[in-house]
Amino acid sequence: MWMIDLPPFVPFFIAALLALITRGRVRNLIVLATPVLGGLYLWLDVTPGIVTTIPVLEYELILMRADRLSLLFGYLFHIAAFIIAIFALHVRDTTQSVSSLLYAGSALGAVFAGDLITLFIFWELLAISSVFLIWARRTERAIRSGMRYLIIQVSSGMLLLAGAMVQYYQTGSLEFDFIGLEGISGWLIFLAFGIKCAFPLLHNWLTDAYPEATPTGAVFLSAFTTKVAVYALARGFPGTELLIYIGAVMTCFPIFYAVIENDLRRVLAYSLINQLGFMVCGIGIGTALALNGTVAHAFSHVLYKALLFMSMGAVLYRAGTIKSSDLGGLYKSMPKTALLCIIGACSISAFPLFSGFVSKSMILAAMIQEGYDYLWLVLLFASAGVFHHAGIKIPYFAFFANDSGIRTREAPVNMLIAMSIAAILCVFIGTQPQYLYALLPWEVEYWPYETTHVLSQFQLLFFAALAFVWLNKLGIYPREMPAVNLDADWLYRKLLPDTTRSVYGFLKQTGHRIEDTFDSTLKDAAKSMISTRLGRFNLAASWPTGSMAFWLAVILGLFLLADAMN
Amino acid sequence: MIEQNLSLLLVVIPLLAAPVTAMLPAGRLPWLLTLIVSWTCLVIAGWQLSVVIDGSVISYELGGWAPPWGIEYRIDAMNAFVALILSGIAAITLPYALRTVEKDIPRHQTSLFYAVFLLCLVGLLGIAQTGDVFNLFVFLEISSLSSYVLIAMGEQRRALTSAFQYLIMGTIGATFLLIGIGLVYAETGTLNMVDLNLRLQPILDHRTVHTGFAFIVVGIALKLALFPLHLWLPNAYKYAPSVVSVFLAATATKVAVYIMLRMVFGVFSNDFVRITPTDQMFLLLGIFGVILASVTAIYQTDVKRLLAYSSVAQVSYMVLGMGLASVLGITATLVHVFNHALIKGALFMACGALVYRVGSSQFENLNGLGRQMPWTFSAIFIAGLSLIGIPGTAGFISKWYFMLAALEQQSWLIALVILLGSLLAVVYMWKIVEVMFLRPASDNVASVKEAPVSLLIPMWVLVIANIYFGFYTELTVNVADSAARLLGVAAYHE
Repeated sequence: MWMIDLPPFVPFFIAALLALITRGRVRNLIVLATPVLGGLYLWLDVTPGIVTTIPVLEYELILMRADRLSLLFGYLFHIAAFIIAIFALHVRDTTQSVSSLLYAGSALGAVFAGDLITLFIFWELLAISSVFLIWARRTERAIRSGMRYLIIQVSSGMLLLAGAMVQYYQTGSLEFDFIGLEGISGWLIFLAFGIKCAFPLLHNWLTDAYPEATPTGAVFLSAFTTKVAVYALARGFPGTELLIYIGAVMTCFPIFYAVIENDLRRVLAYSLINQLGFMVCGIGIGTALALNGTVAHAFSHVLYKALLFMSMGAVLYRAGTIKSSDLGGLYKSMPKTALLCIIGACSISAFPLFSGFVSKSMILAAMIQEGYDYLWLVLLFASAGVFHHAGIKIPYFAFFANDSGIRTREAPVNMLIAMSIAAILCVFIGTQPQYLYALLPWEVEYWPYETTHVLSQFQLLFFAALAFVWLNKLGIYPREMPAVNLDADWLYRKLLPDTTRSVYGFLKQTGHRIEDTFDSTLKDAAKSMISTRLGRFNLAASWPTGSMAFWLAVILGLFLLADAMN
Repeated sequence: MIEQNLSLLLVVIPLLAAPVTAMLPAGRLPWLLTLIVSWTCLVIAGWQLSVVIDGSVISYELGGWAPPWGIEYRIDAMNAFVALILSGIAAITLPYALRTVEKDIPRHQTSLFYAVFLLCLVGLLGIAQTGDVFNLFVFLEISSLSSYVLIAMGEQRRALTSAFQYLIMGTIGATFLLIGIGLVYAETGTLNMVDLNLRLQPILDHRTVHTGFAFIVVGIALKLALFPLHLWLPNAYKYAPSVVSVFLAATATKVAVYIMLRMVFGVFSNDFVRITPTDQMFLLLGIFGVILASVTAIYQTDVKRLLAYSSVAQVSYMVLGMGLASVLGITATLVHVFNHALIKGALFMACGALVYRVGSSQFENLNGLGRQMPWTFSAIFIAGLSLIGIPGTAGFISKWYFMLAALEQQSWLIALVILLGSLLAVVYMWKIVEVMFLRPASDNVASVKEAPVSLLIPMWVLVIANIYFGFYTELTVNVADSAARLLGVAAYHE
């Protein structure tokens, strides 16, 4: 169709360039056509086994390595980019249009990257392009939060680069295939992936930054960054047992924070981590069924999570707030959005006939097969928890609950179309899973709709719903309060600045004290030297000429001394 | 035959043009002559590099006196590479100079300004060309004296103090160099670099040689702005006229790096480095330089000073490369000499464009200026990415080689410092982006227009070069590699 073996990120980057110079309808056309054409090209022309390389320095960078795993993620990202592009069609902001195209392109570049350097390049591009979706909100909070996000993401890239270089030195290869946790390079890369995959304690950038993004930006963010990380983990660390435990923790701990959180988009961010936990577990198990489950879950997850973020984006866009304490009763003015949101909620809660059910159950089945019974129970608890915070809490507090009196209009048409497409896909995958299963990278016989399985899932959901109703009636369920909850980011948002401040204050005081001591005791020539050169040691000041000459003499003297002692 | 003379022409043409320029009537004529001369130099330098790139050497005997008695111009890949950088930067700076000089320099001084500019170029090119240590000292003084004058021509009165400080420090440094050369001359009786290298090998353990070496290294270290001898640099760069900041930032410290490499590895030899604490000193000061200068840059509230401290940090990278004392380390240093000239050239040009429009480089006067001057801002952004070392830019190639050189010797600490320096660079470049793009525009900016095209074109040529050399590394890496090998540095062995 087009040039043979064009890496899939190229159309997106070209489109980003075009979006920079066009406006209005032309730009909308470009934004919509790119994922469609790119997706068609990927679907029709690219078959597993195609490899495109370019030589840089003495290395061959593998820009495109197509196999079933990377292709599935490629399709997914094209679909997501298309749906979200429709959702964002009303936005007249060059920054957002350009950066979202760059962002989607970088995600594609990363999943098709065949070597660690190419991966690193797109890894960093993901960070740089996505941060503008947060800054585009142009509030002080968003700028600060975006900065924290950028620093953490760039550090992740640095770890990846360091790991890649160590690996290059140890094995002479930069190829991105199974890495494993052997040696320092494996751990560095693991940590880099872990940051992007929001491992516990490394997850704060996600819950911090996503809710601060623009209504449309958050949808983009939810679709790409973490899924690239899941892909990278599935490629580099399948069957690493540690991941099962990490995943289990990831499924559980966000539930508690999600329940007490007031900002509904932050609730979604926590539930995103929870869902990632299932995928990480699947990668950790590492059997064909588990990996298939992971990939399938990533696929359906992107769609229903985007659907939920879109519905919350629509609420934010229309109602102007996303605090559950201020919302409620919106179903009267936004009935369609409410219905679509409920479909998303059903999918994330894994109701039979919705997409979450057919993918999550693969991971759970694989877990039982491999004999992790207790962890299976943990994941079951987490599934109930998902239903609580994402399945019920989100639609309930936004659209029902106590009527807040907010009267507004239904979401714009483009948003409704985008949400409908996502909702249709959720139901389609849920009812016709064989099409998704056929695309999965490994050959596995699996069918989710067995009587016992469906029944047990309904029981689980029913009792979870009962618990919510009961707790809510008794008033035990945490009330929605307008507050900012910090979890582990307390470490660097509170502890670190406070400690720095107190340490700095302490140093300053001691510094003054030392200076005072010097002043009072050394009243001879030594004093004048110390007060000009060392006592007021300030790097940024303009220094007197004498001080410069002084350092010159010091260096010369020290060098000669060291030389003589050699 | 003409190829033999190339090496001399590169110095003689600007040298003869300088007094002519001084006598021309003020206005655009001196600029035009300087422009022609610098472009001629660029062509000759390119030619010269194409002759020696295969590893051959051009030797020219000045006045027909055979070396080692006479002065020899000895061009190998490294000299030609440095000469190309110098003349290239001069050639690209001059189109930029036209408008900024008209604004910064009183009209009646323009012919003198360009004459001094040419003298500075003569000095720098001479350093790159000569194969004689005393001749090198002479050229160093020519370039230094003329750069004192250039800095003192800055608009503000503090330019005078800054130039004076630089003069004192520069003179002390040059004197140290001269003392060192004198001591070594006393030991060997020769000034020719190749000859010196031969004669020094048997007497490497002599005390006098060591002392001379110490004086030479410390003297050059000052010119190179090696931490903590960098204190003259921020003010000198800040108060100089914009075009002088651009030219000096992109060339002066780089030439000092060249002298250091040539003297330490070319004249004294790698063995000598191993028996003295030179490499440890380079590594130690390099580590401190990268971190402390970067941290200091973060606390600046003036773009020019911020960039100046960043230059100190970047030069510290080059010192780290020298401290690693391996082929890869020296290659990384030379690659970074080239790439950093591109990066800092572009950044100081953008900064000059801001000063041209707003009249100040203080942060408080630049709020929200990114929207008024999108091209200048984008140039800062891209050159900033290159400075940080984002892949796809020239800066990445340098950082990559520094990392390879560090990892080759399992120096995890150095590798960490290189990464940390990049992170700190993110922070300080971010400060500029934040001021220019994220802060609301203050009143004084509302009517500011984009910089004139004559400023934007040279700036963007350098910006595009930053991207070009991020992908096509044959010129930089190959030349640097062969230069490092010619210098007699051995590859690293366990």
